[in-house]
Amino acid sequence: MAEQIEASVAIATAVARCRPEVLCAYPITPQTHIVEALSRMVRAGDLAPCEMVNVESEYSACSVAIGASAAGARAYTATASQGLLYMAEALFNAAGLGLPIVMTVANRALGAPINIWNDHSDALAVRDCGFIQLYAADNQEAIDMHILAFRIAEQLSLPVMVCMDGYVLTHAIEPLELPSQEQVDSFLPPFAPRQILDPDEPMTIGAMVGPEAFTEVRYLAHLRQQEALDAIPALAQELSERTGRACGGLLSGYRTSDAALVVVAMGSVLGTLEVLIDEMRGEGLSVGALAIKTFRPFPRAEVAAALGGAARILVLERAIAIGAGGVLTDSVRWALGARQTPLHTVIAGLGGRPITRRSLRPVLEAAATGGLGELHFLDLRQDLVDRELARCRSSARPGPHAEAILREIGIVGAGPV
Amino acid sequence: MFSVRIHGRGGQGVVTAAELLSLAAFGGGSFAQAFPSFGSERMGAPVAAFCRIDQEPIRLREPIEEPDAVIVADATLVHQVALFEGLREHGLLLIASARTPQELGIAELGAGGGRVLQCVPARELALRHLGRPIPNVALLGAFAAQTGVIDLPALERAIDGRFAGAAAEGNRAAAAAAYSWLLEHSVGGAPPLASAGREGR
Repeated sequence: MAEQIEASVAIATAVARCRPEVLCAYPITPQTHIVEALSRMVRAGDLAPCEMVNVESEYSACSVAIGASAAGARAYTATASQGLLYMAEALFNAAGLGLPIVMTVANRALGAPINIWNDHSDALAVRDCGFIQLYAADNQEAIDMHILAFRIAEQLSLPVMVCMDGYVLTHAIEPLELPSQEQVDSFLPPFAPRQILDPDEPMTIGAMVGPEAFTEVRYLAHLRQQEALDAIPALAQELSERTGRACGGLLSGYRTSDAALVVVAMGSVLGTLEVLIDEMRGEGLSVGALAIKTFRPFPRAEVAAALGGAARILVLERAIAIGAGGVLTDSVRWALGARQTPLHTVIAGLGGRPITRRSLRPVLEAAATGGLGELHFLDLRQDLVDRELARCRSSARPGPHAEAILREIGIVGAGPV
Repeated sequence: MFSVRIHGRGGQGVVTAAELLSLAAFGGGSFAQAFPSFGSERMGAPVAAFCRIDQEPIRLREPIEEPDAVIVADATLVHQVALFEGLREHGLLLIASARTPQELGIAELGAGGGRVLQCVPARELALRHLGRPIPNVALLGAFAAQTGVIDLPALERAIDGRFAGAAAEGNRAAAAAAYSWLLEHSVGGAPPLASAGREGR
């Protein structure tokens, strides 16, 4: 039974039905509505037993989650953008220690220039920290992925990051189905930690490991993530049998089986892409989309198989690897192995710039006919860039780009265009 | 697909209006997706919110570029914000104002394409029935009467789901008053907008 609900509140409800025992977070937009809703549930006694720990920073939020998880509590936190970066050291520790923390990342751009809007820079910047990374294409999937995340995390003793596009998903109000408490309870057993700090049976975790064994411990972490490639589809299948709908997984294709051009993407752009693909199919263009739902571990073999029939590939990236191009592109290229399928990278949607059908359509059409370069920036205002470059050449001390560009387009302070 | 853009200033309940519209549409058996324009919202600053309504699940996540209707909660925005931007032919511009489009100086701006310019004294009706000059819910009552995209009982249920006590009662009364007011004062001129717009699915 669907209800018309803000996605952030729905996520908070789904997390609450997973019966977390310790919540800790530092507010940062666009994650705020999720933790505010959880905080209200704890204060009202609707979520018990559970402790909401107020912390002074994201570093502490992740550290509290680490301590709580090591003590055997089911722990949850949420963040975005700079907050995720501020957690960076603790993220590697949580993963390295094998603590099954679940975290929502309400994806948001990274500064500088400071920007509160959506892209994938934050989660992709910490892609190698050892967390499993799931990317939700829509809000129903985000709900289901959170329930899945606790089960994956605890089964493998690994932390899981559920990434959902900030604002675009978190702030949307739409019909969403929340799994019932009974459904969640039957899918997610009580937390049975693989390791626990217990005064009655003292032990230490977090030993210093030197060159004699560091490689082996890291290799074991890699193996653990590889196990997730089998566990995630199996658990997603198990959850979907209870809910009656597809619930995440490694990846999913949309009209890819006979598609000459396959667009590979992560996150909320997939809905818009599907609509566009339907339109273009109606005009006789052979296009499909491949949604990457699990980015870490990267499902290399599955991606290779899914792209097996593609004559051309377009990787739609919601982040930029400065000095290189696209992050997802590298992984897709790796999955293709020796195959020389022409591959285009399109950087789109940075810092909240909308990704529209109007802009995507000519790019997809160009890619389908081989008329697109290797690296393309969607809706890049080249005239603005050229004027700024000219301005910089004309002065020995041109000052910062950000302020100059804002002046050029007539915006006094930061804000929506 | 029927798509709506709502303009106003921070504090006028623009985001709430989009939410209520989506709740009313959902309550009426449609699919609906509401979302704010993700800016830094400050009291008094121009803000916008959006709502898509369809008979099928909504997959689009792009901003609404060609709305079927534009609702304006603050008439002082009419020369500050590009209100008509993208408004489709035969689309509706619904403005909270006790004046006429001619008096607001926008009759010429919106002319052409069979667009309907409709003013409704939503602030005044809200002041009378709610005790506060917050025009959002009254505007939705007028929108329901003009378009039939949502009906009044569904809007009233949405109001009850979002507000409690005196606020619910006052908003329901304001919505009903605006609904009746519009049925009496509609400029007409265009067919109801219940038919699907051009946005596609």
